[in-house]
Amino acid sequence: MLDIQTQLFEATDIRFGPIDHETHPEIESKWTHDAEFMRLLDLKPARPLSPAMVKKQYEAVEKEVEEDKNLFYFTIRAREDDRLIGKAILEWIDWTNGNGFLRLGIGAVEDRRKGYGSQALSLLLRYAFNELNLYRVTAVVPAYNEGAMRLFQKFGFMEEIRRRQALNRDGQIWDLVSFGLLNTEWREQNNGRG
Amino acid sequence: MKDIYRGSLVRLANDSPEIMAKAFVKWDRDTEQHRLADSDPAMLFSEKKIKDFIEKRAGKNPQAFPFSIRTLADDKLIGGVSLWVNSWTHADTWVGISIGEREYWGKGYGTDAMRLIVQYGFIELNLRRVSLGLHAYNERALKSYEKVGFKMEGRMRGEGLRDGVRFDSLWMGILREEWLAQQEAK
Repeated sequence: MLDIQTQLFEATDIRFGPIDHETHPEIESKWTHDAEFMRLLDLKPARPLSPAMVKKQYEAVEKEVEEDKNLFYFTIRAREDDRLIGKAILEWIDWTNGNGFLRLGIGAVEDRRKGYGSQALSLLLRYAFNELNLYRVTAVVPAYNEGAMRLFQKFGFMEEIRRRQALNRDGQIWDLVSFGLLNTEWREQNNGRG
Repeated sequence: MKDIYRGSLVRLANDSPEIMAKAFVKWDRDTEQHRLADSDPAMLFSEKKIKDFIEKRAGKNPQAFPFSIRTLADDKLIGGVSLWVNSWTHADTWVGISIGEREYWGKGYGTDAMRLIVQYGFIELNLRRVSLGLHAYNERALKSYEKVGFKMEGRMRGEGLRDGVRFDSLWMGILREEWLAQQEAK
C-alpha cells in the first residue's frame, strides 16, 4: 500500500538527520577516541581523529554522495534534543543488481544498549527497501561483535558467508561474517507494508 | 630460489598499458567473457580510456598487484589476474582473474595462473588468506578454484540479476596453512 504520510526519518526515540558541519566534528572526534567504538564499526586500524579530520571526512562523504550516487549517509539523532548519537549508512549500492551494504553505529557508550540501534536499523531497512527499492542488503560483521550479530539475526538476516580467519585483533584471529536480508523477507516480516 | 612467475602452462608478466589496452578492447567485445568474470554491466571502453585507467592505476596503489598472463608455449597474452590486498593489518586479499582469449578456456591455463598468484600471495606478500567471489553459474571457474585449493565459505542469495534471472554469488577462501599443507603433500 502506498502510504506517503509515513515519515521515513522518524522513529520512537531517534530520528535520521543530515550532517551538521558546525557541531558534529567535535562530537564524532570524541567517539573516535574510544577504541572500542572504532573496532566495532570498522576493520581499518583504530586511530583517534581530530575534529578537523572528521570535518574532512564529512566533506569526502558529501562529495561521494553527490558524484557516485551509491552512498546514503544519515546521522542518528536523539528525538528529545536532536543531539548526534550515531550514524547509519547504505553504501556500495549496485543499482544494476539491486543490492547494497549497510553499516550503523551508536557513538557514545551511554547511548548504547537502549534500543537506538534497533530503531535506526528499522528506519534504514525501510529506506533501503521502500525508497531505494533494493532487492537485498548485506551487513558485514566481525565475529567478535556479538551485539551486532544478535541485532541482525533479530531482524531476520541470514548468515550467508563466514570468511575464515579474515581478521587479526588483539593477537587473536577472527572470522568475518556476512549477513543478508532480502526485500521479500523483510516485507513478509512487516505484513507486506514495511 | 624458485621462479615464482613461471607455472607449467603460463607465466605472470607485466605488459605496457598500450598492449593491455588493445587486448582489453578485444576481450570486452566478448560479452560471455565479461559476464563470467564481472558483475558490472558489460561495457565498451575506448582504447584510450583503458590505457588512461591502467596508467593512472600503475604504481599508485600499493595494495594492487595486477599481472598479465602469457603462455609459455608461444608467449601469447591470454588474460589478466590481480591481487588487491584489502588489508595489510588483517593480511587478507581479493583475487580476480579473467582469460580473455576464449580458445584457452577449460584447458588449465587459468588454473595454472591462479596457482601462481596464490603462491605469490603466500610466499611473497606473506598473507594469511586469499579470498575470491564468483557467479554461481560459472561452473568452470568453480572447478578451477577447487583444484587450486579454495574452500567454499558462503553464498550471497540473489546477488545478481541477468537476463531477468536472479542468481547467487559464491565466496571462497584459501588459508595459508591449507596452502602450506598442500605444498608439503606434493
